[in-house]
Amino acid sequence: MSERDLASKEEIEKFREVGIELDLSKRSATFLQEDQFVKTYTSIFEGLEMMSVKDALKKYDWLKDYLWKVLRKDQDDYTKEVATSEDFNGYFIRALPGEKIDIPVEACLYLKRALKQKVHNIIIAEEGSELNIISGCTAHPSAVGMHIGVSEFFVKKNAKLTFTMIHGWNRKIEVRPRSAALVEEGGTFISNYVLLSPVMSVQMYPTAYVEKEGKAIFSSVIVALEGCKVDSGSRAVLRGEKASAEIISRTVSKGGEVIARGHIVGEAPAVKGHLECKGLILSEKGLIHAIPELEAKHPNVELSHEAAVGKIAEEEIFYLMTRGISRDEAISAIVRGFLEIEIKGLPEVLKQAIDQAISSVEKQLF
Amino acid sequence: MDVLRVVNLGVEVQGRRILENVNLYIRSGETYALFGPNGSGKSTLLNAIVGNPVYKITSGRIIFKRKDVTDLPTDERIKMGMGIAFQVPPKIEGVKLIDVLRYCAKIGGYKEKDIFELAKRLKMLDHLYRPVNKGFSGGEIKRSELLQIMLMKPDFVMLDEPDSGVDLENISLIGEVMRELLQRDVPKKDRKSSGIVITHQGHILDYVDADYGMVLHKGKIACIGDSKDILRQIRKFGYEGCVERCLREI
Repeated sequence: MSERDLASKEEIEKFREVGIELDLSKRSATFLQEDQFVKTYTSIFEGLEMMSVKDALKKYDWLKDYLWKVLRKDQDDYTKEVATSEDFNGYFIRALPGEKIDIPVEACLYLKRALKQKVHNIIIAEEGSELNIISGCTAHPSAVGMHIGVSEFFVKKNAKLTFTMIHGWNRKIEVRPRSAALVEEGGTFISNYVLLSPVMSVQMYPTAYVEKEGKAIFSSVIVALEGCKVDSGSRAVLRGEKASAEIISRTVSKGGEVIARGHIVGEAPAVKGHLECKGLILSEKGLIHAIPELEAKHPNVELSHEAAVGKIAEEEIFYLMTRGISRDEAISAIVRGFLEIEIKGLPEVLKQAIDQAISSVEKQLF
Repeated sequence: MDVLRVVNLGVEVQGRRILENVNLYIRSGETYALFGPNGSGKSTLLNAIVGNPVYKITSGRIIFKRKDVTDLPTDERIKMGMGIAFQVPPKIEGVKLIDVLRYCAKIGGYKEKDIFELAKRLKMLDHLYRPVNKGFSGGEIKRSELLQIMLMKPDFVMLDEPDSGVDLENISLIGEVMRELLQRDVPKKDRKSSGIVITHQGHILDYVDADYGMVLHKGKIACIGDSKDILRQIRKFGYEGCVERCLREI
């Protein structure tokens, strides 16, 4: 099936903005779900499984044990709603043991007509495997409704999973992702979140439970335009010896409200965690509320945080103007630089997808 | 032809008066060395000339190339040919040195390969993809500032202590680049570049001669004369003594 059979020209353009190419020369597997309907999934690698979660549940009897394993069904109204509904779908992505798949897997969740899109995703990186995923979520310009996305990640022993989620909704969509990851011994979970375009509201607090010598790295880049409400954070629970976590967030308010949370819990000896929350507020109407939290439950832990919220330093704007660019160009260069965080271990193609997302919305920002 | 005229300039920073009644007249091809103790207002003068909004002009005018630029935004002054190298430039997270150099090259009409050639000459190739000024040593900051200003090809050059913190190994490189910027090796009659060089100790004058020296003292220009004479006086009698003698002579 060609991309034109799957989506209109406009839709394909929207998908690109959130990192979705529908082109298997650039991706190792692809998945597209429109509302509750899975339109296509394909994997071109033997060691990589990609299918709808419903098909996967039919194929693998054992998979039901993974459903609601790291998240509780009764965690809140949204998880309850997905747990009690038959009308959901989502993706199942699994890298088989030892498989290292450099080329990213893409998964697109597209809200077109449904009032509520209910999703349950299961992602498994088996022992010693490596997997990179781009999850692009977007909506039709006329869509109105809510996206509830439950995602459960399983990073097995010594596996490495990089998950990059790019959101591009519209002003009439409410978004409630509910995600949690189980990172086994020596595993690495890298989660990146990019939200640059308007949305009615986003509320989420993904959590990673990290076992012995495992690692969780969360990075988020969030821009809230006027009228948008974003309450987003990342949490790492360091449960095993020498587990570590790093949480970085960059938030920009251009009239919107952002609550930037971060929470690291140290429960085992020799764990390390660092939390960095930086916010730029560009308009008098906006709000940025940074809430970094550190919780030590063992004497031998090393947890730290830094948070800074403010406007762009005039000194920086002036400096760039002395290099011959206008005030507006200087502000745009500084904001862009602020959003371009160096994400350790991020494959070049994922970096490009994020840069592309920044470029495609840049005009609305400045 | 006159390049810069500063007339009765008064400058305030956060309500504090820094400069008062400063008058200055610089012709095309002339280089001035600007001396003065800490806090005398040397950097303030350069910042006011280039239009830093933190430095409020309370009186007087700045005339550049016969145009009143007192209310002109900084980037416009740069496009007219001003260039400045700062003593302590800010570091900007996320904006790389190469990005800044590209803005500069656009002003000076240089190509991408010129950026790399000049960066090599100023030993800054390893810093191109780092956030500008972040973690740069004192000497690296000076070389980076000079590299930027070279790429802008200004004909009015302001250098704020280009030699402070530079090790002996690099001082001749800095001197050579400054000579080039200020066209000190071009015969005087053909020289187009002019500028102001702030120097604390004056060592850089061993590499770059200046046509004139002036001393800022308590927010005013206390004397103007031969740069080497003034430097000799400062070394012998200190700023206070030098200024006392200047005022006596006036």
